[in-house]
Amino acid sequence: MDYLVETKNITKRFGGLTAVNEVSFGVEAGEIVAVLGDNGAGKSTLIKMISGVHQPDGGQIFVEGKEVNIHSPMDALSMGIETIYQDLALAENMNVYSNIFLGREKTRKAWGLFDVLDSKFMYEESMGVLKKLNIKIPSLRNNVRTLSGGQRQAVAISRSIYWNAQFLIMDEPTAALGVAQQHQVLELVKSLKDHGLGIIIISHQMHDVFAVADRIIVMRRGEKVGDLLKKDTNPDEVVNLIVGSESVV
Amino acid sequence: MNAVTKNKTTNLVMDLGRRWALIFLLIELIFFSFFAKGFMSLRVFQMIFFFGITVFLLGTAELFVIITGGIDLSVGYVMGFASIISAKMISAFVHGGMHPFPALILGIVLTLLIGLLPGLINGLLISKLRVPPFIATFSMLGISHGVAELLLLNGAAKDLPHLANLIGNGYFLYWAPGPGLSFFVRPEIPRGGFIIELIPNIVVLAFVVIGILAFVLKRTVFGQHTYAIGGNVDAAIRSGINVGRHKVKIYMLSSFLASLAGVIYVLMYVTGKGDAGAASLLDAIAAVVIGGASLYGGKGTVWRTILGALIIAVLETGLRVMGIPTFDKYIIVGVILISAVLIDKVFPEKTYTDNKE
Repeated sequence: MDYLVETKNITKRFGGLTAVNEVSFGVEAGEIVAVLGDNGAGKSTLIKMISGVHQPDGGQIFVEGKEVNIHSPMDALSMGIETIYQDLALAENMNVYSNIFLGREKTRKAWGLFDVLDSKFMYEESMGVLKKLNIKIPSLRNNVRTLSGGQRQAVAISRSIYWNAQFLIMDEPTAALGVAQQHQVLELVKSLKDHGLGIIIISHQMHDVFAVADRIIVMRRGEKVGDLLKKDTNPDEVVNLIVGSESVV
Repeated sequence: MNAVTKNKTTNLVMDLGRRWALIFLLIELIFFSFFAKGFMSLRVFQMIFFFGITVFLLGTAELFVIITGGIDLSVGYVMGFASIISAKMISAFVHGGMHPFPALILGIVLTLLIGLLPGLINGLLISKLRVPPFIATFSMLGISHGVAELLLLNGAAKDLPHLANLIGNGYFLYWAPGPGLSFFVRPEIPRGGFIIELIPNIVVLAFVVIGILAFVLKRTVFGQHTYAIGGNVDAAIRSGINVGRHKVKIYMLSSFLASLAGVIYVLMYVTGKGDAGAASLLDAIAAVVIGGASLYGGKGTVWRTILGALIIAVLETGLRVMGIPTFDKYIIVGVILISAVLIDKVFPEKTYTDNKE
């Protein structure tokens, strides 16, 4: 099997505590993998080694089959690995297309002298990516502050897609959203599969996980205790794995 | 009233509410034109802009800093410091045998360069050593005040060439019957002859600089990053913006504008003074807030800051024309300031609907 992103025996220690112990798993292109586990099970630490926030103390990470060292979130970004943060990396005081282009603004020459923002270009490109992902927002000129939580998630995701993300990491993407918006975000996540992205979702909501994931990985006390295809399992089995009354590897 | 017209009325009220500062300025002008005898005259409007320059410049400086979520308390005394060193340098150059014009230009250019220094120090303290902006710039306030007074120990900052006065109190545009329009140079007319002096030179100078900065803030990457830092500094960092370096530039811009205000002060009054801008600091911050900016950062525009400064300047001038003591101004500005913050809370920001189904 060809994995888009793969870890082999990856380990992270904080002092005497082993947060992640020799975990191996992989995500294919077009696959959604959910990582589940109780608080402190090591799922965030595991993800943060892929997104470049933490450096592993042992083991290897492969991206498209090649071994890589990810030293920082910027390294991860350059490899097409984007993290959609829970607290949303958007500037709420700025409009939608400015956020999509934040830090990578498109400029043009005004009167052949100064570089000025090419708002028309940024507006139209942003419009294009939102259309592609079938996202509806009243106007791209609206400040992010005026958008709903679901729309903000959608903007953050479109931003990653526009900049050619190959692999998305989503930490609790539906937390703090209303029911209708949760549904919208999950639909969007599912549709990203068709664009060939690999996706990892961390979530506490069993319902979300079973709605979108293809495969479920369960972490307990820093170790991988389950790696199951969704179609072969059920919520009860997963819950048992999380709390530790069963182990299926 | 059907639903559509009702909706339109609400939108109109919202639009007017968001423009309350402009409406308030118009009300002020109408009020003073009725109750302040001689208010509606070219002379008074020139006064408003001429004496408003300090607050326009310091307000613009403060705006950039406040958008990033900071504050610069040092602008007032940096202005005073700049007024003294420029006056001292220019008079030294002239006494050293230089012609007034090159002496003036050299003194001004050197002052503007030295004027970047307080901002550089503020910026480095704030972004590299994580000193809170309030503390860093408050210390710089004291330091620039002290250094300015030290510079005065060996004599006052005066003996400037007459040219300074000609520029500082001259006009950009004159009109007189006969010679017609003339730029910059006062036409030769008989004493007591009719002449219209239109726009003071330094008002033109200040507004050219302010206009450029309005453009920079609204239309360039520099402006975008300034807003992004104030809106969500984590988002700015994750987007690859060099937040530390950008903040240093912002504080340098602020002290540059304060120095420019100091140089202009010298041209206006033909002398330097340590506390030249001290009283204008709070007016500058008030102008920014009345103009709709938030001290939490991320909001504000140059033109609305100028609008805020004009509200204060018109009030001050109007009361002076009416012969009312100016300490009444402080009370009124205080009330406007509180109202500004409350009114901006009532009216939500504008939203668009381009993508109709």
